Amino acid sequence: MPKDGGIGASSKRREDIRFLTGVGNYTDDINLRGQAHVFFLRSDVAHGTLSNVDTSAAESMPGVVKIFTGADFEAIGGIPCGWQITDRHGQPMQEPKHPVLAHGKVRHVGEPIAAVVAETLAQARDAAEAIVVDIDDLPAVVNMKDAVKEGATKVHDDLTSNLCYDWGFVEENKDAVNKAFEEAAHVTTLELVNNRLVANPMEPRVAVGDYARGTGDHTLYTTSQNPHVIRLLMGAFVLGIPEHKLRVVAPDVGGGFGTKIFHYQEEAFCTFAAKACNRPVKWTSSRTEAFMSDAHGRDHVTKIELALDAQNNFMAIRTDTYANMGAYLSTFAPSVPTWLHGTLMAGNYKTPLIYVNVKAVFTNTVPVDAYRGAGRPEATYQLERLVDKAAHELKIDPIALRRQNFITEFPYATPVAVEYDTGDYIATMDKLEEMADHGGFAARRAASEAKGKLRGFGVNCYIEACGIAPSNLVGQLGARAGLYESATVRVNATGGLVVMTGSHSHGQGHETAFPQVIADMIGIPEDMIEIVHGDTANSPMGMGTYGSRSLAVGGSAMVRATEKIIAKAKKIASHLLEASEGDIELKDGAFSVAGTDKSVAWGDVTLAAYVPHNYPLEDLEPGLEETAFYDPSNFTYPSGAYACEVELDPETGHVAIERFWAADDFGNIVNPMIVTGQVHGGLAQGIGQALMENCAYDSDGQLLSASYMDYAMPRASDLPFYDVDHSCQTPCTHNPLGVKGCGEAGAIGSPPAVVNAVLDAMRSGGHDIAHIDMPVTPSRVWNAMNGQG
Amino acid sequence: MYNFDIERPGTVADAVSALGREEAQPLSGGQTLIPTLKARLAAPSVLVSLSGIEELKGVRMEGGKLCIGGGTTHGRVAREAEAHYPGLASLAARIGDPAVRNRGTIGGSLANNDPSACYPAGALGSGATILTNSREIAADDYFQGMFSTALEEGEIVTEVRFPVPSAARYEKFIQPASRFPLVAAFVARFEDGVRVAITGASNNGVFRWPEAEVALSSSFTADALEGLTLSGDEMISDLHGSGQYRAHLCGVMTKRAVASLV
Ligand SMILES: Cc1cc2nc3c(=O)[nH]c(=O)nc-3n(C[C@H](O)[C@H](O)[C@H](O)COP(=O)(O)OP(=O)(O)OC[C@H]3O[C@@H](n4cnc5c(N)ncnc54)[C@H](O)[C@@H]3O)c2cc1C
Repeated sequence: MPKDGGIGASSKRREDIRFLTGVGNYTDDINLRGQAHVFFLRSDVAHGTLSNVDTSAAESMPGVVKIFTGADFEAIGGIPCGWQITDRHGQPMQEPKHPVLAHGKVRHVGEPIAAVVAETLAQARDAAEAIVVDIDDLPAVVNMKDAVKEGATKVHDDLTSNLCYDWGFVEENKDAVNKAFEEAAHVTTLELVNNRLVANPMEPRVAVGDYARGTGDHTLYTTSQNPHVIRLLMGAFVLGIPEHKLRVVAPDVGGGFGTKIFHYQEEAFCTFAAKACNRPVKWTSSRTEAFMSDAHGRDHVTKIELALDAQNNFMAIRTDTYANMGAYLSTFAPSVPTWLHGTLMAGNYKTPLIYVNVKAVFTNTVPVDAYRGAGRPEATYQLERLVDKAAHELKIDPIALRRQNFITEFPYATPVAVEYDTGDYIATMDKLEEMADHGGFAARRAASEAKGKLRGFGVNCYIEACGIAPSNLVGQLGARAGLYESATVRVNATGGLVVMTGSHSHGQGHETAFPQVIADMIGIPEDMIEIVHGDTANSPMGMGTYGSRSLAVGGSAMVRATEKIIAKAKKIASHLLEASEGDIELKDGAFSVAGTDKSVAWGDVTLAAYVPHNYPLEDLEPGLEETAFYDPSNFTYPSGAYACEVELDPETGHVAIERFWAADDFGNIVNPMIVTGQVHGGLAQGIGQALMENCAYDSDGQLLSASYMDYAMPRASDLPFYDVDHSCQTPCTHNPLGVKGCGEAGAIGSPPAVVNAVLDAMRSGGHDIAHIDMPVTPSRVWNAMNGQG
Repeated sequence: MYNFDIERPGTVADAVSALGREEAQPLSGGQTLIPTLKARLAAPSVLVSLSGIEELKGVRMEGGKLCIGGGTTHGRVAREAEAHYPGLASLAARIGDPAVRNRGTIGGSLANNDPSACYPAGALGSGATILTNSREIAADDYFQGMFSTALEEGEIVTEVRFPVPSAARYEKFIQPASRFPLVAAFVARFEDGVRVAITGASNNGVFRWPEAEVALSSSFTADALEGLTLSGDEMISDLHGSGQYRAHLCGVMTKRAVASLV
């Protein structure tokens, strides 16, 4: 029987009513009295010396309030980076200055050079066109391998080279790994590209800065996944505003996918300009600006090798990756190819020896940072393509090779520093094989072939690490922040309650799922519980939402705060019931004395807390409000097995996804409908990456895919009906809910299955192609099948 | 967008005189022109809206030809041409998305002559005649390369007259991002021969494929196209495919169009 409330129920998403009826409150809906608009003049060249920015003609244009250039920000801090990587030699990464407005040089197409604040956006834009910018072009640094050659043009003149860091992990394992390769019975080698992506949330970024002259208080309204992080980074490192004088509000946010984690120049600018102009300043990104200013994702070039013994057991893995940082270090960029990627290289397999080398490279492109999955999709893709390639080279079934090497005992300490607490990779693979009707594949292939098409089946497993993260651990790894989460539970006199959480919902459905947990804990209806988030003025310090951490970390904080509430409420109840505290039980929203029929309702207790006429005032403070911070002791490790069936048109190279199956283990599940939706969305993005999406630059650093005319987003008609299952559940052992996180799995787990299926289809047509890079577009397939590589 | 004046004439004659103003430009469905203006890539000082001119709208048969007013939307053609010229109606039905089809017009599409647009293939492949406020232009003379036509400054496409073939098919292989044709072929079979027009492929815009027309005129089968190839040298090469790939697709799309008709 499906439940109709509480944990395990598919409660309908209450927030959708306002989103779908057009009454949400997005940042662009915020218009403040006296607000001016800003237009950013952005570089149209990738690399050049900024010799002069002449604003004199523009200053006198109609409606202009004030024009800012890089010089106005000289005395101000740059955009900070939140993670410092230590390289193979124990040296800190190279960290360039990241100005709010370009100064001295421009380093990527889209970098803001000047900002015009005017009465209207059109006036700001008109004036921006009157600014005369002199740029002496420099050669653009685009290709990563060229960028790190001796004598390459430098993106940052004050750094020694374009190499941000050369990271080895685990450095101590390197010799043993090399030795294993010498002794291997078989070595499989694969070179691949993990294509650069643009996140493309439906809502583009927006920032509105406000300054109250009377109090000296700053407010920034922004499209952020983590307003407290923005407050800290911008306040402390850029503008020098103490946190108590700065409020950051991220109201309804229309999708983030990672790209709204980071602190951007436009936010700092609007906050700064609001004070400088003494009026609110608003910026709304156009879609074109989004393509050239939102941090991009992925963009790795990798060589990976697998050593196997004569029995096909995995002996060692060795990788060599170039990771594109773009022109500057975005907030968490350095962590993505390292700690979010290298630590996942064991995947689902008991490979005893692993060595990961990552060279992070500066180029004249938009900064690259976390995008749905962040590092984990890159790890999964290379590993799962490699295992498939090994299976074909060894002429064994790819599923059998995987099963043979699965980790089966938990907890399992990988050779890449993490310990998986739970998992059951056999169970998810069994489930997948059952769902995918692998036995019926031959008939389906024959039916495709009768139509002149090729049909392929592809499979992959994935493991990911989310619920980030233990603060003491990430501190050792270079994070310049803690990764706990907080919650304040405020019970009102009449029994309803408000949870103020540091997690941020931008599509995930927290307003629905979080109350389900508390409703179960207290035994009250979900609609008595309201979730408040996204405003530093009303939530305790929070680290925000990314890395599938909200329920595992934010939800755990909420559980802890609710436990404190219940403990105090029991004390009040024991007073009201004149019983000893240890005998009080809470069930179905009422407190009773064990073994008696004496009870008092939840609402009577909450009322007593705020109207303490009959109340143990000597022992207990009135009121019912508690805060908890929760710092996880480990990551969580969702895992799963995915499969895909494609039909390939050999004449055009077009690939259609016919079926997609996902068997996931997310541990315990609070709202199955929301989990299914999260997987669906993740799959759409993973399939998008595999088949369509590609952010491409030419050799001059011009962005070729700068609009939807050239950047292919997947649409409903490109996607199949998914078969999604999450009945395999090995609960997380270290958080109170036993939950693991489901937000990124779909995007992490799907690209290899798609590519493996395409290669299988091509092989069935007599084209034994070892690898094809994503996106697997029709032209690439046709080229591969016709020797036009 | 930059500022502009807007004129809303009710007749072609008024539109033509409004277009006599300095830097005036016709605005039809706006599905091409409005995004161009928003990106500030064009700065007409006057826009002459054609959408209030009733005489530019409609689909009718006359003298055995399908006559479509220059201001008729793709959606209307898809519905109303179906009974008379299903091959063309089906082309119109696959342009863009419903919003585009409800605004975009045949006149706007032919005036723009995007090298990847659909209607140019339909018009050239049908051997249509483009009527303007001042003359009639045969499709063979009308298309003059990428974004270039025989239209003079201020000249308006008022109607397009399509001879109706006994069978026709538009085969469209979409560019995955824009969903415009990457390559599309329009094949029309008439009593006196076959016409084949290709869009999306060439740097010179829509073109006829004479070898294919000859082969199909003598034998209207996909097999008749066997061995016929186009060179990729003059073809568009971009993120979505090389010239060679496009040249290959010309053959595939033409064959598929024929195969669907026999
Ligand atoms: C999302 C999207 C998808 C699309 N997909 C496709 C597709 O798959 N295939 C395809 O073919 N097209 C596609 N289009 C383009 C669409 O068909 C346009 O409607 C068409 O190209 C222009 O028609 P319009 O009426 O909108 O013209 P407008 O945008 O109003 O004008 C276009 C140009 O033609 C001129 N003009 C307009 N009408 C006349 C006239 N009667 N006489 C002379 N000059 C005139 C204008 O001055 C302007 O220069 C797409 C457009 C969009 C926005």
